[in-house]
Amino acid sequence: MQRVGVFVCWCGSNIAGTVDVQAVSEALKNEPGVVFSTNYQYMCSQAGQDIIKDAIAEHKLTGIVVCSCSPRMHEATFRKTAAAAGLNPYMVEIANIREQCSWVHKDMLTGTEKAIILGKAAVAKVNLNAPLTPGESPVTKRALVIGGGIAGIQTALDIADAGFPVDIVEKKPTIGGKMAQLDKTFPTLDCAACILTPKMVDVAQNENIRIFSYSEVTEVKGFVGNFDVTIKKHARFVKEDICTGCGACTEKCPMKKVPNEFNLGMDNRSAIYIPFAQAVPKVATIDPNYCNMLKKGKCGLCAKVCAAGAIDYTQKDEYISEKYGAIVVATGFNPISMDKFDEFAYNQSKDVITSLEFERLTNAAGPTAGKLVRPSDGKHPHTIVFVQCVGSRCSACAEKGKEYCSKICCMYTAKHAMLTRDKYPDTEVYVFYIDVRTPGKNFDEFYRRAVEEYGVNYIKGMVGKVTPEGDKLKVQASDLIANKQLHIDADLVVLAAAIEPDKSARPLATMLTASMDTNDFFTEAHPKLRPVESPTAGVFLSGACQGPKDIPETVSQAGAAASKVIGLLAKDKLTGNPCVAHSNELMCNGCSSCERVCPYGAISYEDKEFRMPDRTTKIRRVAVVNPAVCQGCGACTVACPSGAMDLKGFASAQIIAEVDAICK
Amino acid sequence: MENKYLQEELIRISGVNPKKCMRCGKCSATCPAYDEMEYHPHQFVNMVESGDIEPLLASKSLYRCLSCFACIDRCPRGVEPAKLVEAVRLAAIRKQGANHLTADKVPAMLDEDIPQQAIVSAFRKYSK
Amino acid sequence: MQVKEYKPLIVAFCCNWCSYAGADLAGNNRLAYPADVKIIRVPCSCRVNPMFVLRAFQRGADGVIICGCHPGDCHYTSGNYYTRRRMAALFSMLDYLGIEKERTRVEWVSAAEGAKFAATMNDFAEKVAALGENKRLEDLRCKK
Repeated sequence: MQRVGVFVCWCGSNIAGTVDVQAVSEALKNEPGVVFSTNYQYMCSQAGQDIIKDAIAEHKLTGIVVCSCSPRMHEATFRKTAAAAGLNPYMVEIANIREQCSWVHKDMLTGTEKAIILGKAAVAKVNLNAPLTPGESPVTKRALVIGGGIAGIQTALDIADAGFPVDIVEKKPTIGGKMAQLDKTFPTLDCAACILTPKMVDVAQNENIRIFSYSEVTEVKGFVGNFDVTIKKHARFVKEDICTGCGACTEKCPMKKVPNEFNLGMDNRSAIYIPFAQAVPKVATIDPNYCNMLKKGKCGLCAKVCAAGAIDYTQKDEYISEKYGAIVVATGFNPISMDKFDEFAYNQSKDVITSLEFERLTNAAGPTAGKLVRPSDGKHPHTIVFVQCVGSRCSACAEKGKEYCSKICCMYTAKHAMLTRDKYPDTEVYVFYIDVRTPGKNFDEFYRRAVEEYGVNYIKGMVGKVTPEGDKLKVQASDLIANKQLHIDADLVVLAAAIEPDKSARPLATMLTASMDTNDFFTEAHPKLRPVESPTAGVFLSGACQGPKDIPETVSQAGAAASKVIGLLAKDKLTGNPCVAHSNELMCNGCSSCERVCPYGAISYEDKEFRMPDRTTKIRRVAVVNPAVCQGCGACTVACPSGAMDLKGFASAQIIAEVDAICK
Repeated sequence: MENKYLQEELIRISGVNPKKCMRCGKCSATCPAYDEMEYHPHQFVNMVESGDIEPLLASKSLYRCLSCFACIDRCPRGVEPAKLVEAVRLAAIRKQGANHLTADKVPAMLDEDIPQQAIVSAFRKYSK
Repeated sequence: MQVKEYKPLIVAFCCNWCSYAGADLAGNNRLAYPADVKIIRVPCSCRVNPMFVLRAFQRGADGVIICGCHPGDCHYTSGNYYTRRRMAALFSMLDYLGIEKERTRVEWVSAAEGAKFAATMNDFAEKVAALGENKRLEDLRCKK
């Protein structure tokens, strides 16, 4: 039996004004387990806390009930008081007789009556309380960043700067991501490569950062502070540590007809390749789908020209296991496929391109060395039509488009239109828009400049049909303000394709038990207050994997994610919340109901040996809760059909005792 | 009052929710009979939404819609303007009594430049 | 014959993160609601086992209300969705047993909705009071 002490607070007149505190402390004296009951003006004051401490010592209290303000206000205070007096802090219960009693009821009689009942409920609960100790787990002081675009780069740099080792896993042969493919950046028109490549070099030179390029995460186990991750390093058939990146092999390689994915297939590369001049790591990679040596065993030219002797045709995929304390997801985005948009003739004409292809076409390092020409005949286009919201804000068909706004298209289209008019004033540029969305610093000014200073024709309406006819593209569109249907003979049509999360994101989310929305964007722990954390402890989000974002937003989120990681890695030990679920293995029948409702993946199953009454042993599958992962919501306790699962601090017996106390 | 009733009736028979429209104009951009119509597909949606239905009932545009359903196919929000046009057409027919046209009156009303609605919708129905 | 004034007994389960805070806010703003409402704090509305609701009715509660975060806002991501489904099933079963639907309710109250909390409790208490005492599930052995 517990020895309970009851402390009723007056809170000046806040409580004492509508509750007869003397009557409450008298009434609670007779409750089972109560050995001491008193009241005082301000329980939370130093003097009040001393009363509690003295009573704990004097009456050998094992549990205390404080009838005072909301536990959200002073539960922590009174727990500290109890701990200072040598009592387990989780043996404290608060009866909320201020916010939920004295402040909402006017009449002394009803207020007192209710306060007594609330006090009784708290006493009934504390009688069933058990001392709880928060679990501790060590923290591996190393972070993993999945994805090496600008989001991953910035996160890794920030974490490394704080002195923690970071690994970047990037599935492409080089880091840099989408930003490396861009020409200029809105609204300042800095050249993307000029601001990105120094950061890539910083990553390569940072002693705290390791880059696993051409690699993927294949398995994640463990929990916050203690993740065990398996990384698959794809065989690139080139020894990374020996290759100097001189490029001799790429020149000599006879297989030169491989579509160059860096330029979105608008030109070709060799079978052994370095994606672009500033690649990091600057190491060649052999594409096994095209290399004659790997496919047919004939050639070997690259090995002959390689002065360093870095080529290794026998290289195999390699699996690396590493421990991490925190994981940052920075898997980024891709433009959606245009295959379903027959009306824009993307697959029929080479001169209908996406905006990312347009970036490559205008990029000085791109397939045309920055000259804006038609991909079909290399001629200069005189009329260019930009179509916005291709696949964005499309709710009609989930396979065709995305319901959300892709956020960046309005601005990059304004940039494309402006740059085109700037470089080629003889070009007529039309932009078809549904709405122009420019919330951001200097964004609207930028768009207005495109219209007012550069003479871009912005037309409110949509393109309905593009038909290739001769060397022209017949564009049929509506102008909603003039209430006209327009027919434009265009030379080039640029589609602002919606963006979607990378396809690798969903399997990764499953591995991480991180949740996603229906569009495959990672969900954050709280949409407003915890925007860079995933609900799964120890997993953080950076960049467009969480939602469409432009570069400044991505960089700020990357920095925020890094600071959260640093905050975690700076701790030597993690103290958990002791109010976690636990399973009574004697009652558990291993049905998996709890595992299915757990939003955190905290529940796993173990085969355990049990001694049966007849002295035989039997192996049964039982649920085990990982206290470091469990957040204590209690969903599993209700799902459990056998009642084996219970929640510490909010045990079923405790809640039922409260119900009984209230309903007496 | 009648507009409200008519509007509800049109929404009911067509199954179209005009409120889903985000005013992009792709229906009108894609419409092959645009130039023949007094009210264009996006206006149909907008006018039904605002209850401005009388002018639609009186308009020739009703019979200029080819019923090719290009607007339905392309609408990014799944509004289905052609179904609304069809519903207005039905409302007009019901209003005038089911037999408002006799067969011998039809040839005079045909526009030689555009294909006949019945033919286009027949192609649509049976070409699958 | 002396008639004791009937006062309904209402048990309210409130999740710690939204509704309990909403109830606190109602207190801070001094928004009155009947003293018949007694609040039990749970970490999440999904902690509420249907057994607790049955127990309350068995012990003589006249109404049970469960308050949680708004759908999509759950502190634990998905807890309130479980609540919604579990309680929908439980309440229709209770209705079948004769515990009227008006005696049971699931309500979403955020931490900012002190006024909504008070209004909900006033409305609920009024509806329950109109129905009179709950006799269907009450276990007489529990009565003193």
